[in-house]
Parts: sequence; C-alpha cells; structure tokens
Amino acid sequence: MDELITKRVKEVLNGNQEAFEEIVIHFQHRLYQVCYRMLNNTAEAEDIAQEAFVRAYVNLETYDQKRKFSTWLYRIATNLCIDRIRKKKPDYYLDATVPGTDGLNMYSQLSTDQQLPEEEVEKMEMKDRVQYEVNRLPDKYRTIIILRYMEDLQLQEIADILEMPLGTVKTRVHRGREALRQQMGSM
Amino acid sequence: MEKCPKHVVHYIHLYLDGEISNEEEIIMNEHLNTCEECQTVLEELEETISLFKNVDVIEAPVGFATGVAARLPQSTIRRGPKKWLRQHPIMAAAALFLILMSASLFSSFENDQQFSFTKQPDVIVEGETVVVPAGKIIKGDLVVKNGDLRIEGEVDGNVTVIRGSKYMASTAVITGSSEEINEVFDWLWYKIKSVAKDIIPSSKEQKPETE
Ligand SMILES: [Zn+2]
Repeated sequence: MDELITKRVKEVLNGNQEAFEEIVIHFQHRLYQVCYRMLNNTAEAEDIAQEAFVRAYVNLETYDQKRKFSTWLYRIATNLCIDRIRKKKPDYYLDATVPGTDGLNMYSQLSTDQQLPEEEVEKMEMKDRVQYEVNRLPDKYRTIIILRYMEDLQLQEIADILEMPLGTVKTRVHRGREALRQQMGSM
Repeated sequence: MEKCPKHVVHYIHLYLDGEISNEEEIIMNEHLNTCEECQTVLEELEETISLFKNVDVIEAPVGFATGVAARLPQSTIRRGPKKWLRQHPIMAAAALFLILMSASLFSSFENDQQFSFTKQPDVIVEGETVVVPAGKIIKGDLVVKNGDLRIEGEVDGNVTVIRGSKYMASTAVITGSSEEINEVFDWLWYKIKSVAKDIIPSSKEQKPETE
C-alpha cells in the first residue's frame, strides 16, 4: 500500500493532479475521523480535513519520501485542528499546566464551561460519552489519547506525527489515561 | 493512594503500554496483592481503555474528495514549468545561459586574465597566491581567479580555483565542494551552475557529471 502511495506522490510531483485524488480517496476516512475526534463537529471536521489535503498538495515538495506519508498527513491535520481549537478558546485555558493530579483538579475547574449537566451525561450512549470525556481532556493530552486509542497508533508513530520526544508522548499517555479514569470515575 | 510508592503507579502505566520489564512486573504485582486501592486503579484504567471499543468508525461524508478537488489551487500552468525548472535546474539554466551568453562566453574566459579572489577577512595574499592561514576559518565561499590558492586552515563553504592550482596543507578543511577550473568546458559548467543557483535558489544543488 505504501508503495502505491509513494508512486502516486511522485506522479503528483510530476504534475499529474489526478493522482492526488487517489491519495485523497485512500486517506479521506482516516483523516476526517481524526479531525472529527479532535473537533467534535462534523462541519468543522470536513473543513479542516479538506484543508489538510489542500495543504498536503500545495506543500508536497516538502514531504520527505523516505518517511511514511500517513504520518506527514496526520501531522498537517492535527496541527490544523490544534490551531482551530486554540482560536476558539480563551488563553488562560491553554496555558494552564496540569502537572500530576493537582493540576487535573485545576483543569476540571477551568473546564466547567464545557461540562454538561450530570443527568444529560448519564443519558449518553457509551460511544458519545467517550467522545465527550475525551474532548474535556486538556489539549496536550487530548490529541495524544485520540491518536493512541481512537486511531490505534503506536507511541512511536504518535511521536513522529507530533514531532515530540517519545518520552513526552509516553508521559502524556499516562497522564491522559489517568485524567480520563478520574473523569469516568463518576460512572 | 498516599501510602503507595510512586513507582508502582508508573509501573501500572508501563504495564498498560506493554512496556513493563519482568522485574518491574513482579514488584507491581507484589504491591497489588497487598493494596486494594491500586488494584482498583488498574481495573478502572483497563476499563477506561476498553471503553474505546464502543467508539464507531467514522467515515468522511459523501462528496468529500470532490470537495478537496474543488479547493485545490488551479495551478497546472504554474506547476508545470516551475516543476520542470526545479527538477532540471542545470538544464534550464544551461539553455537560458547559452541563449544569453553564447557570444561573449568564450572570449570572456580567454580575455579575463586578471588575478582576483573573493574578499574574505582572514585570507593573506602572497604574490598571486591566496593563503588561508592555519587556524583561521573562512566563513563562506572562496573563489580565486588566475592565481593559486593554498589552504592551511578551514574554509566553511565552497572553494573554486579558476585557472590556477589549489594546494591543501595537511591541516586544511573544506566543508563545501572544491573545484579547479582550467579548461573552457569547466568554465562553462561553472558559469551554468552559478546561473542555476541564482535563478533557482530553492533547488538542491545537483552534482554535475565531471568530464
Ligand atoms: Zn497501592
């Protein structure tokens, strides 16, 4: 599969725009899904996922063909999603650091605006509940938890996508998982 | 959880990531056997992870790919020649260069007999020999025309000697490429490449086949 994608990438670089459509068709569901997980909104997910493909097309020359194409594509998409999320939020929320469990309490105070009334949360179907809880995670854990558990990616691949040291990814998976456990604790 | 050693919590996460060592797992299990709280934490974490199985696979909406196509820049004209230039910078420059310079080129090589060199702060000139002294580092390219070059120190850049000779001391270092040009054809190559670099600065320099 990777070989076919590499071939298509070369064709696009040689000026064949139609070859790009095959790339889009191949990755569209995965890219749309990750955007939807991050943004929790179908219209925004479609907009950002399409924008990610456009950016990939325009910047295709900068793609290092020795690396996995999907990693590069995921990187473009997650960066766009993170930007979009930042634009929607007040700054204090972003800068809030969450070291260990004390920080989590601080976070849950800050995120009350996102919280739904308890009875509504209880009525949710489990799949919606998971999405809801993941979306309440602090930004730096949310992306990693989505890539790890919703996209089923390996830790190393997540590190490559987010251009982060593997150790940082591991720590954030630990903390994100712990935060999620505490949020789910009320179930 | 205050009474629980911190590393046990860490081991629990290593265990969940499948990265725990045998010794660490033994230590973790020893603690879990005596601590209900940590058992609960592990169970809850495993349960949390298992909840992701409930999550649906989501597909892009119908017409997604068409939407992308509509948003792509309509740039076949731009992409075509620019693309070609980028992939064949030397050839493109050669063509351009030959058209512009064919008349004056050969005479310029024959007539330009004057000793000249790139002005770099640390070089010393002895007659018609440019010297890079030992222990000095020249930052940037160095071109010597109609003279010799002796390198004892370092050149952090490309070195070109046109109609002259280059002598390297054992201490000499050149980080870039190094060329001596003594024939008209070399000269042509050199000019072509300088033009190529000037008009397509973003292109990676391609090594010419040397004759
Ligand atoms: Zn314990």
